[in-house]
Amino acid sequence: MIFTAITSDPIDTAGVLAKVGHAEDGAVLLFLGVVRDHNDGRPVSGVGYEAYAEMAEGVLAELAAEAAERLTTDRIAVIHRVGELGIGEASVAIAVSSPHRAEAYEASRYVIEEIKKRLPVWKHERYSDGTTDWVEGRRPEPASPEGTRA
Amino acid sequence: MRIRTLFFASYKELVGTGELWLDLPAGSTVSDAVREIRGKGRGFDILPDEPAVAVNRTYAAAAHPLAEGDELAFIPPVAGG
Repeated sequence: MIFTAITSDPIDTAGVLAKVGHAEDGAVLLFLGVVRDHNDGRPVSGVGYEAYAEMAEGVLAELAAEAAERLTTDRIAVIHRVGELGIGEASVAIAVSSPHRAEAYEASRYVIEEIKKRLPVWKHERYSDGTTDWVEGRRPEPASPEGTRA
Repeated sequence: MRIRTLFFASYKELVGTGELWLDLPAGSTVSDAVREIRGKGRGFDILPDEPAVAVNRTYAAAAHPLAEGDELAFIPPVAGG
C-alpha cells in the first residue's frame, strides 16, 4: 500500500519503516532528511517548513505512485513534516521495500529528487544570530505535460 | 467572474496577505490574472511577471483559462525535502 502524508507531528521513523516490507522483499530502505546545523556557511539553529498542504498532499501521492512503478511494488511510505523543527529532527522520511536493492534505491532516490523539484513546500531558516530567511528554492518543475512553465 | 488567489511563504510576506479574491472578465487566463494582481500596488508589483502557479491545486501554464471560483495559487521557488 502506498502511504503519503504531510504532517505537523514529529515523524515516527520506526512507524514509517513498519509500513513497508513483505515476505518477498529482500531490500528495505529508510531515507531521512534531517535538519542540519549549518547552510551555506551560516550556523542554523532551526528551520520552519510551510506547505500548500491541500496541493502538497496530491503531489506527494502522485510522485509516490510514479516511484512505485520504478520500485515494482506498492510498498512505499513518504511523510513530509511542516512547522518548526530543531536540529537533527527529520523533515522527510521515505521508506520503500522491494525484492531487490536496485529498484529500492532507485525509487527512494526518485522520491526525494521529485520532492525537491515540485512539492509546494518552503523552508525558513533561523540563524544563530537571531535572523531568519527563506531558503532560496527552485522553480517547480511540474510532471504533467499540461503543466509546462507558466 | 471571481477567483480566489493564494500566496505562500516569501510571496505572502511580499503582498501582506495569504488570500485575495479577484474579479476578472470572463475568458481571462492565468497571465491576465497575474497582470491584474501585479497592478495592485506595493508588494504585488514585485511578484515575478511569470510566476509558477497552480490552478485548483495542479501546476498550470500562463495560457491556462480560468473559470468562476477557481483557486489560483502563486507558487514561490520550492524548497522541500
